[in-house]
Amino acid sequence: MFNPENLIRKGLPKGYFKDMFVRGLLGGITYLMVLIAVLLFGKIIIDGAPAIFTSKFPFVDIEFLTAKNETLHVFDDAKGARHQLPASKYNEYITAHAGQQIYNEQTFSYSGGGIAGPIVGTALLTCGSIILALFFGVCAAIYLAEYAKQSPFIHAVRLAILNLAGIPSIVFGLFGFSVFVLAAPVITATPVDRSLLVIPFFIEGWALSFQGWNSSLMAGCATLACMILPVVITASEESLRAVPQGFRDASLAMGGTRWQTIRKCVLPYSLPGILTSSLLAITRVAGETAPIMFTAAVAAKDDFPWEGLANPFDILSSQVQALPYHIYTLAARIPSSEYTQRAQFGSVLVFLILVAVLSFGSMLLRAKMRKKLKW
Amino acid sequence: MNATPNSMQESPEKSASTPHAGGKCAVQIQNLSFNYGSSEALKNITLDLERNGVTAFIGPSGCGKSTLLRCINRMNDEIVGARVTKGKIIVEDIDIHDPSVDVVKLRRDVGMVFQKSNPFPRSIFENVAFGLRMRGIRNKAVIEQSVEESLRAAALWDEVKDRLNESALGLSGGQQQRLCIARTIAVKPLVVLMDEPCSALDPIATAKVEELIWSLKKDYTFVVVTHNMHQASRVSDKTAFFYMGEMIEFGETTKMFTNPSVKRTEDYISGRFG
Repeated sequence: MFNPENLIRKGLPKGYFKDMFVRGLLGGITYLMVLIAVLLFGKIIIDGAPAIFTSKFPFVDIEFLTAKNETLHVFDDAKGARHQLPASKYNEYITAHAGQQIYNEQTFSYSGGGIAGPIVGTALLTCGSIILALFFGVCAAIYLAEYAKQSPFIHAVRLAILNLAGIPSIVFGLFGFSVFVLAAPVITATPVDRSLLVIPFFIEGWALSFQGWNSSLMAGCATLACMILPVVITASEESLRAVPQGFRDASLAMGGTRWQTIRKCVLPYSLPGILTSSLLAITRVAGETAPIMFTAAVAAKDDFPWEGLANPFDILSSQVQALPYHIYTLAARIPSSEYTQRAQFGSVLVFLILVAVLSFGSMLLRAKMRKKLKW
Repeated sequence: MNATPNSMQESPEKSASTPHAGGKCAVQIQNLSFNYGSSEALKNITLDLERNGVTAFIGPSGCGKSTLLRCINRMNDEIVGARVTKGKIIVEDIDIHDPSVDVVKLRRDVGMVFQKSNPFPRSIFENVAFGLRMRGIRNKAVIEQSVEESLRAAALWDEVKDRLNESALGLSGGQQQRLCIARTIAVKPLVVLMDEPCSALDPIATAKVEELIWSLKKDYTFVVVTHNMHQASRVSDKTAFFYMGEMIEFGETTKMFTNPSVKRTEDYISGRFG
């Protein structure tokens, strides 16, 4: 019977194969990404795991995480046994076995000992830059969201800040180098010759000299902070705007000043949002190499940043090692061999774990805060 | 800023019994015109609000009644492009647009309750204590006493006295709105502005808020914006009818609702348009 209205047809609908094809294609592309991620993490985990995990309790190679970075010496002793020792232990060995011949000696830079220096350096850089970025970023966000009238000028300012976020990190590195390393003001008794401008004080001998902070923790933090400022400002402004207008109205209508209103009715409720988005910024700061290359990081450093300082504040002007830069050094500056793999893949794995923990932490924190804050 | 407990005890007197310089009127609006950007929202409004009276503003949506209400404590300052173009508002003998007037202090005398109840996500106690704390009052006993008084005045005390430290967001809609009223009167304003305070409430909660207004009017001057004709007739002493930014009629509520002098008022009240 001819029944054009019969909607329930037998057989495959028109376009079935096309639909399946599109579905398969899109799905395949999606899973390709997963494959890439699996390969990437798998390679690093398989090669890096031996460096930081051990078969005995506590299952983590504490030494790799807590020892300083040293040159690795590889050699055979007279009996033909192969030794791999970091420089300090190598020296002990040589002194202890004075007079004995060693054979086939090879040295591998940066490959011995642990990566405590880079870990500490990255932690210091991250903390410093986050504190700076949060302070300046939240201040700017409060101004933009609460005080500034929504004029074309303010829109332009906001656009300029957003544009900052798109600047490549190497450009921030060069900016930091030319501003913080070479030109930022310091108070000193002995201005250097290349100082851009020296303003003498009334106190004899002291002057404000625009000679820069040199390559230092301080310069690195400032550069990194500049890099994530746009992220922090934008995220903070959104969090501030997400606070219901009713809270502000209520507080203002009760005779609160604007600052009281912001401090008591807006900031407390936007702080979780600000902090979680800043935690995301932390992962970015921790991972950047380019901004600190010229401003703070060194490939090798014998002491921790706080060692051998006349006063504790000098830590700000000391150079540091940093994990991403350390990885770059290991990858780019030394030839890869079976003896360097431990350091190379171990560092990358530690770094990945750190970043993953931070991201995961921020996600958890965000979920928890969202649950707690409802109105 | 008066931060001493003394000032707290003086202020209810100020609002209730002492003779005021402004005669019978707490708020005088004189030839007020108001613009949002280039569009005129209020045209040449002249209106006197009696002390310890309840004045209702009625009119269709967009007629300017809320705008006028927000003019009285200058909440419109928050809106970009909003400005008074002509005339003035005098609250207790002070021109509120005078450059010497501190808008923060003005709002301490002219409180406001909003259409949507907006308690802070804090405890009930902290909500009411908020304005006092903001004023720098640290004395715990004074704050506790004031919170209790305000909650009693807002007829909320018996319902919440056992859970003062619980979040205000756990209250029902009507309780939240009464909490907002308690919060507003805790700082002892002279005038309380209410912008459709019952529009989100059920009839029982509405009745409670209306009772509350009635019982508090001996201490405060109320201005109530409402879309509910019955509410206006129940709660107010005087009523002002607005239409398209103009005040069409202003007078005793009883007269207005039984025998309005302007045809348009009659049409609106009887529901023929609006």
